[in-house]
Amino acid sequence: MAAPELDHKTYLDPILARYGHAALHLMQILREAQEHFGWLHPDAIDYLTEQLHVPRTKIEGVASFYSFFYLQPRGRYRVLFSDNITDRMLGSKALMDRMCRNLWVEPGKMSEDGLVSVDFTSCTGMCDQGPALLVNNIAITRMTEQRVDEICDLIREQVPLAQWPAEFFRVEDNIRRKGLLLEDGFVPGSALQAAFAHGPEGMLDEVRASGLRGRGGAGFTTAIKWESCRNAPGEAHYVVCNADEGEPGTFKDRVLLNGYADKVFEGMTLCGYVIGARKGMLYLRGEYRYLRDHLEAVLARRRERRLLGANVLGQAGFDFDIEIHFGAGAYICGEESALIESLEGKRGTPRNRPPFPVTHGYLNQPTVVNNVETFAATCHIALKGGAWYAAIGTARSAGTKVMSISGDCARPGIYEYPFGVSVRQMLEDCGAANTQAVQVSGPSGVTVSRAEFDRVLAFEDIGTAGAFMVFDDSRDMFEVARNFVHFFAHESCGFCTPCRVGTSLLKNLMDKLHNGHGSPYDFQEIERLNALLLSMSHCGLGHTACNPVLDTIAKFRPAYEVRMLHQEFTPAFDLDWSLQAARQMTGRDDSGAHLHNEEEASR
Amino acid sequence: MSKTFTLDGKDVPFRDGQTIIEAALEAGHYIPHLCHHPDFKAHGSCKLCTVKVNGRQTASCTMQAAEGQVVESETEELNSERRALTQMLFVEGNHFCPSCEKSGDCQLQATAYHLNMMTAHYDHFFPNRPLDASHPDFLLDFNRCILCSLCVRASRDVDGKNVFALAGRGIKSHLIVNARSGKLADTDFSAADKAASVCPVGVILPKRRGFAVPIGERTFDKQPIDAYVDTRIARKEE
Amino acid sequence: MDAPAKKKLRLATATLAGCFGCHMSFLDIDERLFDLVELVEFDRSPLTDIKEVGPCDIGLIEGGLCNAENVHVLRDFRKHCRILVAVGACAINGGLPAQRNPIPLHEILSEVYLTEPGLAHSGIPNDPELPLPLNKVHPIHEVVKVDYFLPGCPPSGDAIWKFLTDLLAGREPELGHALMHYD
Repeated sequence: MAAPELDHKTYLDPILARYGHAALHLMQILREAQEHFGWLHPDAIDYLTEQLHVPRTKIEGVASFYSFFYLQPRGRYRVLFSDNITDRMLGSKALMDRMCRNLWVEPGKMSEDGLVSVDFTSCTGMCDQGPALLVNNIAITRMTEQRVDEICDLIREQVPLAQWPAEFFRVEDNIRRKGLLLEDGFVPGSALQAAFAHGPEGMLDEVRASGLRGRGGAGFTTAIKWESCRNAPGEAHYVVCNADEGEPGTFKDRVLLNGYADKVFEGMTLCGYVIGARKGMLYLRGEYRYLRDHLEAVLARRRERRLLGANVLGQAGFDFDIEIHFGAGAYICGEESALIESLEGKRGTPRNRPPFPVTHGYLNQPTVVNNVETFAATCHIALKGGAWYAAIGTARSAGTKVMSISGDCARPGIYEYPFGVSVRQMLEDCGAANTQAVQVSGPSGVTVSRAEFDRVLAFEDIGTAGAFMVFDDSRDMFEVARNFVHFFAHESCGFCTPCRVGTSLLKNLMDKLHNGHGSPYDFQEIERLNALLLSMSHCGLGHTACNPVLDTIAKFRPAYEVRMLHQEFTPAFDLDWSLQAARQMTGRDDSGAHLHNEEEASR
Repeated sequence: MSKTFTLDGKDVPFRDGQTIIEAALEAGHYIPHLCHHPDFKAHGSCKLCTVKVNGRQTASCTMQAAEGQVVESETEELNSERRALTQMLFVEGNHFCPSCEKSGDCQLQATAYHLNMMTAHYDHFFPNRPLDASHPDFLLDFNRCILCSLCVRASRDVDGKNVFALAGRGIKSHLIVNARSGKLADTDFSAADKAASVCPVGVILPKRRGFAVPIGERTFDKQPIDAYVDTRIARKEE
Repeated sequence: MDAPAKKKLRLATATLAGCFGCHMSFLDIDERLFDLVELVEFDRSPLTDIKEVGPCDIGLIEGGLCNAENVHVLRDFRKHCRILVAVGACAINGGLPAQRNPIPLHEILSEVYLTEPGLAHSGIPNDPELPLPLNKVHPIHEVVKVDYFLPGCPPSGDAIWKFLTDLLAGREPELGHALMHYD
């Protein structure tokens, strides 16, 4: 094997040293290696293989799983347009076309001089200030034609990203309605003091009394999770904060981490206190890479104030610290067992369960995985007590919910409500008009139609992870569902047969309808696939991948019916187009060199 | 007195720690499966072994057997879903049985027969997956890979080599080998490896041995797959 | 006294992008052909030399879709046959011809007619009488609705006989382990 080139060793050595030459940190090592070199060169992989004592297949397997790792050269400037439906509605496609035209590149391909590549990526969590994109994994918001042109100039002139106008990178919090979580005046350390006063069991009692349920969407009772983990035997216990906010349309964790990081870290710390953990990890989606310096600064400040480290706040024997781990573009890592795999430097494939992470999580040890917002909420429970918290919200959904509102409304942004708020109220607050539908909780959630606007946000009615995308009368709900189906096909991890193949088949069928080849036959196929995904898939991604289609079929059937252009079965591809290559090569254009669709042919 | 669960109404004994499929196969009851293999740690990816346990669907290769479970397997509903999964595997790759050396000995094909699959039903993907004929003794035809990971597990857990791994994501998932060139010849793979004989389909094939067993005498010509249950691998090698 | 003759069903067969092997196998039902003609009348088929398919009860299609003419014949069959059956590997999944699918058509045509020895420099045939090849070879169910599938390369005479007798008797065709083959 050829010796790795000196330049790879030069930048890899410090990275490897920083991560103790441990393959456990492969994700972070690859990310940093790529931040340095732009892509993962085969020589770099050779060197990592040797230094980490892992087979090359391990590195290639991991690198090829995540969207943001590149095993082939990409442009020195890597532009990724966010492809959420809200970005599309704000004109992202035309902006991307404009950029590709300006820079003379094809989407998904590197320019010949290696300068730039332009492509789509899944929702980057900037839906309230889109269209958005990432350049070399750093977020840029509020794209306009003018901004596209300016970026093209900067790229052509090869201006380093650090010298681009700061305005491009400005990310607004857009907080429109504050409740207990978003209120100001939290004193770092106060919740920990309160927790220490309660003692670990007392604190757990408060969490139990609060009725707090997980804010990541599934709504599992937090106290049960903490208690099971606390009681599980293990060499070590771990706290993991799930900040892999990948559900399209969700951006509230970004705001919580930007403005309320102390509260989030403090919640993790008091969880560590309750379950007996010494280590916490924040798993932050790669799209939020720009938050790193801010979060590291908050952690450093907390260490200075002894809110982290040995004997936290003088509590003898309670040592706790927090590390930040970055994802690299994989929605599936929001699933807790896939997230843990990723933390361990592996492909983000959901594990077989049971056992569950509370007993066999990170490094096979008892682990609590909670959402950013869940941890933040526990600070208030520590301060004011479980009973106080339980009184907010509804009977089975205690507390408040931070919602990310985007789409067709005058005031997109962050709204915090007590559980029990109606969809109608939220629409009024955000200034939505002529609304025909709301997608609550992202593509995996529920499509709420006008007739259902009196339904409320609560686990007993519409459970939610926090996304609220508004669609007015001008929107085509079929195209909304099609965008979501593309998202799932792109994000399926590929582990199980039904989801790996089924999401692609579903995507092809939705495209078939979009392309005007639909018949009632395809409609039946879509329904059959939905049923199969639901019953056979390995994890929630496959189970929910059919939700947007099932919901829009049930509630917006006319949007599908207008696409049943044919009564008879029609091929998914255009037969005449399928002769194009042969026509070109033979120079023929006679009538025999064409195939028309059957209805035309019989006319 | 051993513990039992019922499978389609029949009592099946099991030992603690056994999964449903392990206990069922040991007792001579076939449950369709592709990624399960009695010698290896469960993978749980093909989903063909999905059964209903007390009314809830779950993969029987990852579900621990428990006293009194009511397990349904041979139902029209489950078999029709298994057939659909098998059809998905057929359209995802390029499965041209007539020109495949593994035909007649192929578990994917035999499972499809068992499930009465007359057509792959869906539109074919016809992916482009070049062959790797670099190795002097073996060839890899990735067109037939069903991502069961049996070769990955065999090479890692039995051969101690890590010759194979899964790479990519979603529909782009694919098998890779442990060499910078991506070629089998540049790995430490050998014909004596467990991984060389574990492929349930026709991906990992010995060279210079073409259609050695006449039609009519191949593994699944003689008996359908459900007649072999979990001893089929051993019998084949006899 | 003879019972009144039951109305015979009309049966048509055609080969698209196939090798006629399925038709040869059809002939392998041997003397059972005599039984068959008691039950069916042949419409378009290589056995009759009828060139255009008329209204039929059953159409058997061998082979996949490789070119424009295949598409015309298939559509004609679909239009005229109450029950359309895909017979054999090529009709069902494209078979051997579909193994060209990963290669772009222009590369194939260039290699055959322009660059490699053999037909090289003869130019790509462009006679309007010749059907143009499709970009990819397709199984027939990707272009028309197909009612039944009879796998095999070819399906054996016994399989064809079992399939047809089931169908003609109004039963759901069922091959069973012995007759079910994809090769």
